[in-house]
Formats: sequence, structure tokens, C-alpha cells
Amino acid sequence: MIKWWKILAALIIVYTLIWGMLGPVPKLNILYETIRNVYYHVPIWFAMLFQMGFSVVCAVNYLYKSDLRSDLISEQAAQVGLFFSLPGLLTGCMWAKFTWGTWWTFQDPKLNGVAIAILIYLAYFILRSSITDELKRARISAVYNIFAFVMMFVFIMILPRLTDSLHPGNGNNPAFGKYDLDNHMRMVFYPAIIGWILLSLWILDIKKRISILKYNAENE
Amino acid sequence: MSKQQLTALIKKEFVLEFRQKSTLAGIAVYIIATVFISALSFKKIIHPIVWNALFWVIFMFIAVNVSSKSFTQETKGKGLYNYIYYNARQFILSKILYNMLLMSVLSVFTFFFYSWFVGSMVEDLPLFLIVLIFSSTAFSGVLSLMSAIASKAGNNMSLMAILSFPVLMPLLLVSIKLSKNAIDGLAWSVSANYLLVLIMLNFVVITLATLLFNYLWRE
Repeated sequence: MIKWWKILAALIIVYTLIWGMLGPVPKLNILYETIRNVYYHVPIWFAMLFQMGFSVVCAVNYLYKSDLRSDLISEQAAQVGLFFSLPGLLTGCMWAKFTWGTWWTFQDPKLNGVAIAILIYLAYFILRSSITDELKRARISAVYNIFAFVMMFVFIMILPRLTDSLHPGNGNNPAFGKYDLDNHMRMVFYPAIIGWILLSLWILDIKKRISILKYNAENE
Repeated sequence: MSKQQLTALIKKEFVLEFRQKSTLAGIAVYIIATVFISALSFKKIIHPIVWNALFWVIFMFIAVNVSSKSFTQETKGKGLYNYIYYNARQFILSKILYNMLLMSVLSVFTFFFYSWFVGSMVEDLPLFLIVLIFSSTAFSGVLSLMSAIASKAGNNMSLMAILSFPVLMPLLLVSIKLSKNAIDGLAWSVSANYLLVLIMLNFVVITLATLLFNYLWRE
């Protein structure tokens, strides 16, 4: 059975891919046509953060209810989040190359934050794989997940506001919303956010069903 | 939870530590050797940024080493005993407080030797010491919980490093920024924001650790 929101996700993403390339954008110095990346780069990050947040919610839920299903979903959501960090990183690197002149810079707190986030989730999977007992694994990795997410949140959300960032909206750089994001762009940008988050949920749904089937097969 | 029990637990940590003087002496030798190696390999550090970075890298490795053993000594029998007599919050708080005290002393000790061998570049010593103490407390808070997690997951040293390094990063960056300000002797008003973040991180870390340890403890 195909659910309606999956069709919606596909339609929105096709719409933003096509209209994002063809639609009118404001002509700005330095950015020029790369401003279209705002339709892809930013929504992919939103989808990643959404999945990681979802993973933490499931981890908290596991600690309260001790339901192994929440633990399964928590792990799958973290995997999807990590997966989404790759296209986010790629689009970001390309954009940085054309506007800042470099693929990667250690000066920018948001870039460092993403690198740390990836390291944290890799550590999370290593932790999971080093514990064999599944109840114990669920409990301990949930604890690490929550703790690490809070530290990552501090890194991504609070520290960049204290230092200069090359990103818009930080350290005296104007945010896109203020000047650049005109109504044409909004028509693509906001649907794109919804579309990518729905797509990440779709992937999560498939992965969740596979993992539950696997779990049941192993425990028969 | 009573204060008496908490102090009894902290006292126990101290007694255990001083009964086995070799571990404490081991850490002291570790610190001196590390500082000496860096002094020999760098010869003379001219740039304050290098001085700062090297100090905090040494600090981080010492912190991980000191805190990683806080749960390795817990045997199954001892764990059961503690489980019956104390609650999770007291237990982790005692570990954190003990590690905080130990780490604060050791960080000042490290700074002393580092300035002796490598040379000091700090202009604003009071600010630097404040940063050192608050970073030590925050580091021990994070590392106590990470040590508990690593010990539950089979007690290997590399897991402790893998788990804690990325989580320590925000703390480390704030500390490096603050100590750079202290080295340059900038006005305190410049550092006020960061100092506030560091103190806030202390609270966040301790609260989270006490809340979450409850779930780690139950077998």
C-alpha cells in the first residue's frame, strides 16, 4: 500500500529540482546562480537534523518504556541522518568552492560542527557494535545518543552565534531571509524543506520495516 | 539522598586512591613525561597559538587518562554492594565531584610544569586559572559518564577515546578560545560571553550525567 505522503514527497522533490533550476532568482554578487543551492543544501541539512532529533526522541522513549522497537527506530534514524549528511556536505563543499574559494575551511564553526556530528554518530555505531546483549546495547547507546546530541546541539546552535561564521545569518553576515529570499524563492524553498524531510521519513520507514523483519526472523 | 552518604562515597574514592599510590604517581609521571617530550621536541615555542593548542591537547589526553579509570575498578561485587546502599545519583555525583577535584589539581600541576619547561606566555593569570578550573570540572563531568559507558561496554581504552573526543569538542574549543584571550591579556568583558557558556556547559553536563546514569546503572 502506498501512502499519500510518499507520493507528495516525490512530487515536491521533482518540483523543487526542476523549478529550482529554471525559476527566477535574484542576481547577487559573488553568489550569482549558485544561490539555487539554497533549495538543495539547506533542506538536506534540515532533513539530517530532523532525523537525528527523531533518533534522540526514540532514545528517550526507549529509556522510559523499554520497548525494543523504539531502539530499532532510533538506530535506523541515526543511520538515515548520517546518510543525509553526505549530500549535505557535498552540496556545501561545492557551494563553498564557488563562493568562498575553498572546498573546506576550519575557520567556520558550522563546518566543524558537521564534522563533529559525523564523528559522534560514527562513535555511536561503534559503541552499538561493541555490545552484544541487545537490551544492554539499547540502554547504553540511548544514553550516549542523548548526551552526544545535547553536546552537538551546543556546538551547532550556540557556539556559531558567539564567533564569526562565513555562513549567512552569523557574525554580521546577513541572513538569506532578510534580503535575498524573495517570494519566488520562498515558493521553492519552503516546499523543498517539507519534501526532503518527507523523503527522509520514507527512507526511515523502509529501513524500519526491514530491521523489524530481520529482528523477527532472528528471534523465531 | 543524604549528604553524609555522598561525602562517605567521595571519602571512599580518596581512600582508595591513596591506598594505591602507584596510580596517582603514575599520572604525575605521565604528565611530567608528556610535558618534557613536548619541550624537547618543540625546543622553543614562539607563537602563542601553538603554545595554547599544545597545552590543551596535553590537557585533554591527561583528562581522558585520569577519568577513564574511574569505573574500571568497579567489580561486579562492589557494583552490587553500591547498588544496594546508594542510589544512582549519589554514586555518579561522587565520581564526578572526585574527578573534578583531582582534575583541577592535576590541571594546575600540568600548567606549572608546562610553564616551567616550555615557558609561560600567559598575561592574565587569574583568568587563565579560572578557565583551567572550570574546564577541568566540565571535562570530568563528561568523562565520568563516558567512562561509565565504556566500562559497561566492555572496558576498552580505545572505545573511551572514540566516545569522548567528539563529545569534548565544544568544551575544548570554548576553553581554547578563553585561554587565548587570557594569553593575550584581553579585557574580561571580551571573555564574559564565553565564560558564561563554559559555566553553563558545566551545569548541562552535570545535570545530564546525573539524569542519564540512572539508566546505565541498572543491570
